[in-house]
Amino acid sequence: MHALPQQLANGLFLGSMYGLIAIGYTMVYGIVQLINFAHGEIFMTGGFGALTVYVYVLPDGVSMWVAVPLMIVGGGLVAVLVAIGAERFAYRPLRGAPRLAPLITAIGLSLALQQLVFNLYPNAKSAISFPGLPFGPYHLAGIRIQAGDIFLLVAAPLCMAALAFFTKTSRTGRAMQATAQDPDTAQLMGINTNKIIVIAFAIGGFFAAIAGVAYGFKIGSVSYDMGFQAGLKAFTAAVLGGIGNIYGAMLGGVVLGLAEAVATAYISDIPGMQQLGGQAWAAVWAFVLLILVLLFRPQGLLGERVADRA
Amino acid sequence: MTAPALLDVRDLRVAYGKIEAVKGISFSVAAGEVVTLIGTNGAGKTTTLRTLSGLLKPRSGSIVFNGEPIRRLRPDEIVARGLAHSPEGRHIFPRMTIEENLLLGAFLRRDKSGIADDVQRAYDLFPILGERRKQAAGTLSGGEQQMLAMGRALMSRPKLLMLDEPSMGLSPIMMQKIMATIRELSSEGITILLIEQNAQAALSLADHGHVMEIGTIAISGTGQDLLHDESVRKAYLGED
Repeated sequence: MHALPQQLANGLFLGSMYGLIAIGYTMVYGIVQLINFAHGEIFMTGGFGALTVYVYVLPDGVSMWVAVPLMIVGGGLVAVLVAIGAERFAYRPLRGAPRLAPLITAIGLSLALQQLVFNLYPNAKSAISFPGLPFGPYHLAGIRIQAGDIFLLVAAPLCMAALAFFTKTSRTGRAMQATAQDPDTAQLMGINTNKIIVIAFAIGGFFAAIAGVAYGFKIGSVSYDMGFQAGLKAFTAAVLGGIGNIYGAMLGGVVLGLAEAVATAYISDIPGMQQLGGQAWAAVWAFVLLILVLLFRPQGLLGERVADRA
Repeated sequence: MTAPALLDVRDLRVAYGKIEAVKGISFSVAAGEVVTLIGTNGAGKTTTLRTLSGLLKPRSGSIVFNGEPIRRLRPDEIVARGLAHSPEGRHIFPRMTIEENLLLGAFLRRDKSGIADDVQRAYDLFPILGERRKQAAGTLSGGEQQMLAMGRALMSRPKLLMLDEPSMGLSPIMMQKIMATIRELSSEGITILLIEQNAQAALSLADHGHVMEIGTIAISGTGQDLLHDESVRKAYLGED
């Protein structure tokens, strides 16, 4: 039951989801040096936005081929609005304040968003079941692949490629790179950096929403506190890959997912570590990996040394 | 001096928290002129330039550029009006290529062929940049980075070019080259506001100069006047 190919596949799917969320952390950090600890909750509101579209907007019995795109649009819209709102009303007023102030604000915002959904969304006091995709599971060379995994397998590379293309070739993408490298000088080039910051939050929010929809399909439910663990893992993935680097975020997500899957399956086979196996220890292995990376390669897998900023 | 000034600064005050770095200075720059602000470290020269380009907000005073008050505008809006700023320490984008750096200087322009012409012009002005156009800008020497910073600032086709310490940290030969380029740009009709610690070099090419001392303008005059002024010579040109 611990067949290695299956574990690797599980890790890849989970890791792609972490990677999608991690992109939001890394883009925002790259541009305003802020760890947006409310990003996990933006992911959560994306999932709830998609659920709302399915349950309250679409007619009963609608085909999932119609529903899924509309759920992505709805979830994306909600998450982007929450992300932009957070930037505009929580973080922007604190720009230039000591670093601790926006960090604490982010943690407060994270709790506030959880409690808002918990108290105001109908029946959100426990997990709410999410619609399933009408295909799968498939068995391929002994690997079981669920519909939610297929969704991730399509969505994650597509998002990553679109983002890479956008940052490399578009005018706004170049402005983003310039703002990340040197915000003051970017302004002297005629770049409205406030606009760039809003765009970074919006892209991060949209990707988090896609991850939120994927989470719903994969787990079968969404809950008000789903952003806590996922957000922490995605933050770990962003640091692991080299915070500020979008490719690093995706790579960090996949590496983290693989490490988690393999560790939970095999650590207990090591003599003397029998009791450390299983899903309950997954987060522990994720953070052990983070600590190791921070010790031996503090800039992350693809990160550049911060010194060249000066 | 009867022509209306391109840039007119009146009673400008700028503070960092409680500390006032610029304490009510007034000066103007006429179209086509080279004007220099000289003075020691901490005199408020860089603060003045950063305020003119909108990176800092003044406490009070007025800044009129090309007939329009710009004090409350954002930096990108000020660039759009024709004021370019090559900052102290050059601040090129190290991980981008030389060509990408130049193109960012033209960020607000949409005329593709005009931009391509100006990139070529920058390469004509500084051939070394053309030879290394695909190279990461961080790999350039200090003098080459300064050329890139100036070339990049010119890419917006500014009415007024502000240069903050272009000769800082450069070898004497490189410094001469930069000064010669400033003279050349000026002869092409570009208006220049120059900050320099090398007072001798700056004053000898400036139409007007202002000596700043701890946030105020202590002495003003033509470049030649200041170059021969007894007190300026003692304080800034290293003579006793």
